[in-house]
Amino acid sequence: MNKYTKIIKGFVILSAILTFSVLLILIGYILIKGIPHMDTSLFALEFSTENLSLFPAIITTLMMIFLSLLIACPLGVFTGFYLVEYAKSGNKVVEIIRLTTETLSGIPSIVYGLFGLLFFVTALGWSFSLIAGAFTLSIMILPLIIRSTEEVLIAVPNSLREASFGLGAGKLRTIFRIVLPSAMPGILTGIILAIGRIVGETAALIYTAGTVPQIPDNLFSSGRTLAIHMYVLSSEGLYTNKAYATAVILLLVVIGINGLSSYVAKRFSKENVNG
Amino acid sequence: MKKNFLEKFMAIVFFISATASIISVILICVFMFTGGIPALREIGLFNFIFGRKWSPSNVPPSFGIFPMILGSIYVTLGAIIIGVPIGVLTAIFLSKFCPRKIYRYIKPAVNLMAGIPSIVYGFFGMVVLVPFISNVFGGNGNSILTASILLGIMILPTIIGLSESAINSVQKSYYEGAIALGASHETAVMFTVVPAAKSGILASIVLGIGRAIGETMAVVMVAGNQARMPNGILRGIRTLTANIVMEMGYAADLHREALIATGVVLFVFILLINGIFLILKRRMN
Repeated sequence: MNKYTKIIKGFVILSAILTFSVLLILIGYILIKGIPHMDTSLFALEFSTENLSLFPAIITTLMMIFLSLLIACPLGVFTGFYLVEYAKSGNKVVEIIRLTTETLSGIPSIVYGLFGLLFFVTALGWSFSLIAGAFTLSIMILPLIIRSTEEVLIAVPNSLREASFGLGAGKLRTIFRIVLPSAMPGILTGIILAIGRIVGETAALIYTAGTVPQIPDNLFSSGRTLAIHMYVLSSEGLYTNKAYATAVILLLVVIGINGLSSYVAKRFSKENVNG
Repeated sequence: MKKNFLEKFMAIVFFISATASIISVILICVFMFTGGIPALREIGLFNFIFGRKWSPSNVPPSFGIFPMILGSIYVTLGAIIIGVPIGVLTAIFLSKFCPRKIYRYIKPAVNLMAGIPSIVYGFFGMVVLVPFISNVFGGNGNSILTASILLGIMILPTIIGLSESAINSVQKSYYEGAIALGASHETAVMFTVVPAAKSGILASIVLGIGRAIGETMAVVMVAGNQARMPNGILRGIRTLTANIVMEMGYAADLHREALIATGVVLFVFILLINGIFLILKRRMN
C-alpha cells in the first residue's frame, strides 16, 4: 500500500516537473540564442533582402489585429447579447448557434486558410490581401469572443438588470449602461486572448494575406505578419539567426499578452468580490 | 416612439450578428466541399483515399493521399502516447497535489504554453529536437518520432486544462468516502476521484487528438514531409496538413483541386472528432 502511494506521488510530480521544464527550456533556449541577434538593423523602417527588417511585419501584424478585431468584436459581443439577454431559454436558434460556435473553435487553422483562399481570395476576388486575411482570422477568433462574452454576461447578477428596469430604463439602455460596463473586463480578457491567436497565426494567413514583406499600402494589398515572417525565414534555412530574433519578439509578445489577460481577469474577480 | 424603434432595431441587429457563426459554418462547408468534389470525381474517391502514390507532377499524375492519412494518424497516435500520460498526471498534480504557492506560478505557465504560437514550437523543434533525435537515434532527425514528441508537447496545455477542470468538478464525497475507508490521499485520488472524472479526461484527449491532427506549421518544420508510405518511426512522413501547405503555393488545376480535397478529408476527420468531443462533453455535464 505504502509503495503504491509513493509510486503514484512520484509519477505525478515527475510529470508536472517535465511539463514545466519543457516550457522553461523552450523559452530559455530561444531567449538565450535569440537576444544576441537582436540589433537595430532588424528594426529598419524599410525592408531589404539585406537587413530583413521586422519593422514592416510588426506594422502589418498591428493592422491585422486591428482589422480582425474590428470585424469580430461587434459580431462576437452582439452574439453574446443575443444569447444571454434576448434569446428565450430552450430556443432552437440558440442551440444551433452554440453548436456552430463549438464547431468553429475546433476547426484547424489550415482549413480556415483554405476556406479563406477559396472564398475571400478567389470567389470574392480580393486576391492575397490584408482584408482577406483579416476576414479569415475574424471567423477564427469569433468563437473565443462569443464564449468569453457569454460567460461574463451570465455572471452579471440579475438584480442589476432588474434595478435598471425598475428605474424605467429600456432594455438597450440597461445593456449598454449597466450590463456592459460590469462585463467589460471579462470581454476584454477574451479580446486579449484573441489578439494572442492573431499574432501567432501562420497557417490561416499564408494563403490569404500572402507573404509580401513590405507594409501594405491599402486593404487590398498583401503583407506578412511577424509569424509568417518567421516561417519564411526559417523555411528558407539561410536566416536562422534572424528567425531566432523574430522568435524572441513573438515570445515576448505572447508572454506580455498572457500577463495582461490574467491581470485583467484578476482585477475582474476582485471587483466581483467587492461589489 | 423613436426609442421604441431603436429597441426593436437593435434587437434585430443582435440577432443578425448572432447568425454570423451559423453563416460561417455553412460557408466553410459549402466552399470546402464544392472545391474538393471535382477532384474526387475525376480521381475517384477510392483511388484518392486509398491510393498509395502522390506524384502530382508525373505524367500521368497520381493523386493518392493514403500515405498522408497514415502520416497524420501516426504522428497523432505518437502525440497521444507522449502527451496524454504526462498531461493527465500534470492535471492531477495541479488539482490534488500542488501547494497553493506553487500553483500560482504553474497555472499561468500552462496558459502560456497554450498561447505560444505553433511556428515557435516548430522552430524549437527544428533547432533543438531534430538535431537531438538525429544524434541519439541516427538518421537526419526529421521523423515521425520528432513530430510526435513536438505534438505531444503542444497538446499538453489542452489536455491539462480540460482534465484539471474535470477532476476539480468531481464531488468531494468521493474523495472523503475513500479516505474514510482508510485510503491514503494518493490512492483516494487515483482510484476514486480520477476514475469519476473519466468522461472529462476522455474529452480532453479527444480535443488533443483534434489539435494534433490539425496542426500544420510545427509539423511541417520537423516531419520531413516525404510523400511516401511511412516506414519506421525514424523516417520522415508527410501529414494531410503539410500536404496542403507545402504545395498550395504553386499548384494549379487538378493538382490544386486535389489539395483542396485533401483539406476536405482533413475537415471530415475534424468534424467527426468534434462530434465525439461534444458528445463526451455533454455527458460530462
